[in-house]
Amino acid sequence: MILLDVASWALILAGSAFIIVGALGILRFPDVYTRMHAASVIDTLGAGFLFAGLMLQAGFTQVTLKLLFILLLFFFTGPVITHALAQAALHAGLKPEIDEDRRDRLRDGSLPDAGRQP
Amino acid sequence: MFAAAMIAVIAALVLVVIRVVKGPTIFDRVLAGNSVGTLAIILVAVLGFLNGRPEFLDIALTYGVLNLISTLAILKFFRHGDLAHDAQEDDA
Amino acid sequence: MRLISFGMILFLFWLSLSGYFKAFLLTGGLLCTLFVLYVSRRMKLLDSEGYPAHLLAAASTYWPWLLWEIIKAGWSVTKAILKPGRSISPVMTRVVAGQHTSAGIATYANSITLTPGTITTGVKGNILTVHALERSGALDLEDGGMDARVSRFERGG
Repeated sequence: MILLDVASWALILAGSAFIIVGALGILRFPDVYTRMHAASVIDTLGAGFLFAGLMLQAGFTQVTLKLLFILLLFFFTGPVITHALAQAALHAGLKPEIDEDRRDRLRDGSLPDAGRQP
Repeated sequence: MFAAAMIAVIAALVLVVIRVVKGPTIFDRVLAGNSVGTLAIILVAVLGFLNGRPEFLDIALTYGVLNLISTLAILKFFRHGDLAHDAQEDDA
Repeated sequence: MRLISFGMILFLFWLSLSGYFKAFLLTGGLLCTLFVLYVSRRMKLLDSEGYPAHLLAAASTYWPWLLWEIIKAGWSVTKAILKPGRSISPVMTRVVAGQHTSAGIATYANSITLTPGTITTGVKGNILTVHALERSGALDLEDGGMDARVSRFERGG
């Protein structure tokens, strides 16, 4: 079982490291849109690795199942919040600081079968 | 080892709270606030393991759902200035 | 059929959260399950969009692939955060979603947002507007590798 312990500790440490990196990114990046990328590192890699380590500690129990539910919650609600935030910021007229604007390569809804139902 | 994870999460919380205070736009604050919520969930989960009481996870799960709803509510409030937005009011 | 499988999932969810097997609590769980089933049927949530049960088998291969993409993308964002000086090259671009159902397009948009380094900021029809932290991330999306994988997932592969 020493091997399992080592693996879980490594995962917990990796998760902690990614959490701190994500927080640093939120502090360091220049505008809201770039900061969102850093926040999603916390949501996915940080929480993912940390909880995977905790799951190894808990073994096959109800606790593991609950950790899995929390992770699933993160994975399904994270994009919703990020998307809502980005859309709200764009709607408010906040211009993203970008090096290159490649949006012109396609126009909105230029394809004929856009959003077709099956 | 759980203590190390807790220290990391608390350090991250401090960094993120600095962003909440500094802003500059409302969206920076909402983003950082949402990250504070995420970190709080992780903190509660690790705290449960540290105390040997993993029942804390129920609280973490509930907090996760609340975090989603509160963030969306705040965003909606700042987009429309109103929680119960009615499109017809815009014409009036 | 959908109703029964959804009810079973809901009841299993209750069981795994409660962990008690007393008659009183089991009855409570059953009543809650039935109530939620009644409400979601009334709201007509259980169609192929709200409860895509037919994608469950495809998800078992899609999610591990997505997980690996997340780890790769997360690592490159981590490097960008830790590198001193200006290490990012933010780009906004538009990509085509080749999926034919709204559930497929939503899966693609959410997968883009879930991988660190790219965010879907808008959806109009099947054109997604994407903000990328690094130019290479935007170019990868324009190449359409992920789009093809999600289309395969949508067809149930």
